[in-house]
Amino acid sequence: MSEEGKKKGFFSRLVEGLTKTRDNIVSGIDSVFRGFSKLDDEFYEELEEILIMGDLGVTATEAILDKLKEKVKENHIKEPAECKQLLIDSIREQMQVEQTAYRFEEEKSVVLVIGVNGVGKTTTVGKLAGKLKDQGKKVIIAGADTFRAAAGNQLKEWANRSGVDMIGGAEGADPGAVVYDAAAAAKARNADVLLVDTAGRLHNKKNLMNELGKINRILEKEYPDVYRETLVVLDATTGQNALAQAREFSDVAKISGIVLTKMDGTAKGGIAVAVQSELHVPVKYIGVGETIDDLQKFDADEFVNALFDVQKEGEENHADAG
Amino acid sequence: MAFDSLSEKLQNVFKNLRSKGRLTEDDVKTALKEVKMALLEADVNFRVVKKFIKDVQERAIGQDVMNGLNPGQMVIKIVNEEMVNLMGSETTELSFRPGRELTVIMMAGLQGAGKTTTTAKIAGKLKAKGKKTLLAACDVYRPAAIEQLQINGEKQGVEVFSMGDKNRPSDIAKAAAEHARKNDCNVLIIDTAGRLHVDEEMMEELAEIKEAVDVFQTILVVDAMTGQDAVNVASTFNEKIGIDGVVLTKLDGDTRGGAALSIRAVTGKPILYAGMGEKLSDLEQFYPDRMAGRILGMGDVLTMIEKAQENLDEEKAKELEQKMLKNEFDFDMYLESMSQMKKLGGLSSLMGMMPGMGAKMPEIDTDEAEKSMKRIEAVIHSMTPQERSNPNLLNPGRKNRIAKGAGVDISEVNRLVKQFEQTKKMMKQIPGMGKKKGRRGGFGGMFKGFPM
Repeated sequence: MSEEGKKKGFFSRLVEGLTKTRDNIVSGIDSVFRGFSKLDDEFYEELEEILIMGDLGVTATEAILDKLKEKVKENHIKEPAECKQLLIDSIREQMQVEQTAYRFEEEKSVVLVIGVNGVGKTTTVGKLAGKLKDQGKKVIIAGADTFRAAAGNQLKEWANRSGVDMIGGAEGADPGAVVYDAAAAAKARNADVLLVDTAGRLHNKKNLMNELGKINRILEKEYPDVYRETLVVLDATTGQNALAQAREFSDVAKISGIVLTKMDGTAKGGIAVAVQSELHVPVKYIGVGETIDDLQKFDADEFVNALFDVQKEGEENHADAG
Repeated sequence: MAFDSLSEKLQNVFKNLRSKGRLTEDDVKTALKEVKMALLEADVNFRVVKKFIKDVQERAIGQDVMNGLNPGQMVIKIVNEEMVNLMGSETTELSFRPGRELTVIMMAGLQGAGKTTTTAKIAGKLKAKGKKTLLAACDVYRPAAIEQLQINGEKQGVEVFSMGDKNRPSDIAKAAAEHARKNDCNVLIIDTAGRLHVDEEMMEELAEIKEAVDVFQTILVVDAMTGQDAVNVASTFNEKIGIDGVVLTKLDGDTRGGAALSIRAVTGKPILYAGMGEKLSDLEQFYPDRMAGRILGMGDVLTMIEKAQENLDEEKAKELEQKMLKNEFDFDMYLESMSQMKKLGGLSSLMGMMPGMGAKMPEIDTDEAEKSMKRIEAVIHSMTPQERSNPNLLNPGRKNRIAKGAGVDISEVNRLVKQFEQTKKMMKQIPGMGKKKGRRGGFGGMFKGFPM
């Protein structure tokens, strides 16, 4: 994998990672705003297409467009360009992350990372471990995925890379026991952050969700006095099912944030907007590649600015930009 | 979810319309608006939906409404037919080179789609068909990917060829092909790293492998939950390296799987298998026509019927029916009918396949129901053969012994006996049981007898 650009600034990396995402949406959006001189049904239908193609889903798209139309009426807006600004503002508003979103990085904390199979939980835990370690934190990783073949070793590799301790269990071991041990270790070794990687599970598998509930309870009971963060990892290429995932996972272990992975492809990650608007859980990180630096803090302003970059209008079609 | 049942929704839309003989433009448009929303909710690509709706509209307007159907149902019928047309109505098998020649299969896909797991699953299927299969570990990037394949290969009893993570994937593939030929293997499956379709370098790597070992089948592995982007992924992989078939994974989730339709529409390539779970045996033949029903949210009745036909032991079913006819229903039969039901994949699997049930599953606690079925089994197993065939023997002393043996409270034994008596009574009353109704009739009777 390419190792270049390791020291690039946050914003440039974000933009880099989002380039393709943005190019896709922007070229669409711009062509709409340019091709229309007035705000008619056809114009809104075109907007609908772009939002749905971005995986925002029918419900979120309709809500956004209804709100947009209302504002357009209220403010007597007639120009497509103005309408565009309104659209950007309303999505940005929805995606705002509060200042307190990253408290777990400052305090003694335990971070439970959950999600369906193949979204990138282990990779996210590995990257988070590296980041926190770089901040001078004492990090312990709990490898509670005892189901998938070699998952423990995959995590071990990440632990080695970032030089943090890992508590794991043999394949087939009880993940609850691993978490129990890890909580004890975190207490004994006075760790700043305990990161808990879990096995991927589809949210409609009752037994597996019960297992997750058990892990959650063990953490509550055995490691009660630390700040709790529960991150659900969603794959940006996932469609409307991500909503169901976020919903079901939140029922079992109250989620406090979303990690949106694989944002470096052509998927537009619009499902994040849908999840945000329905569950009011903020996206806290995005994954834009496979190296440790490719886990970015989510910034709504920059995210939306990058998505709808007005200044970029002059230079289109930079598929390989960045 | 907004679209638990499209048919229900359409029923509402057309509540006030009586069959007017012919579908008017208004009827069709109103119905198709709902269909369009359903398809979009199912993640079918917007452009695919648009084209599809347009085609259906052209076909539907002016069509006669069949007897017994309302306009909404008629539109759905046409929609379903068109979808089956698009998806293809027949299952497609993996193809192999003739004779003993080595068939090389390459797996490809995005990160996390499930390539490594699917590779091992396919290997198991081929082994069962008598093919000697070798797996090649060509994911040299993801930590522990090679080990994951090795462990899964071992579980399946299939050899895994690996050269560590320091060699080029195309070189590993080449060496693996040589190894396969030397060892008289029929099939070589190459597991590759997950990659983004926009990653030129990594896509080039696949092309290199393809060149190095003369790949016969390239299989794209796609997560069934993929959204609008499925179109980009599938068409890019197809254009850049060429694919021959698709495996759709994680279909055991509750996604409607609209990606299947999108992929089929943009690549024209068949979907070969569906990944249905985390166990290495959970790979099923893909039935494109049935996927239409799932995407539309109309359940998968056909799969259920077929499962029933496949798994029900015909002789036992007949025997059971005979006994029922003679009213010799005993605990052995009770047990037998329960195990027949289990063969159908258990309660949850059955319910999931019923139309309209998929989304409602969480409310019905099937896990509880299955657990209680297990306890019932334990109770019956704790009876002596005499007790099973002659329930009248069951006095309090015996019941106590049975409760102890099964590890349940005596009240549970009592409850079972009561249920059993009721079922027996019911069996007598089922109309038509006395006449020859064929085995489907007996089957239905069995279901009614369940303690739920």
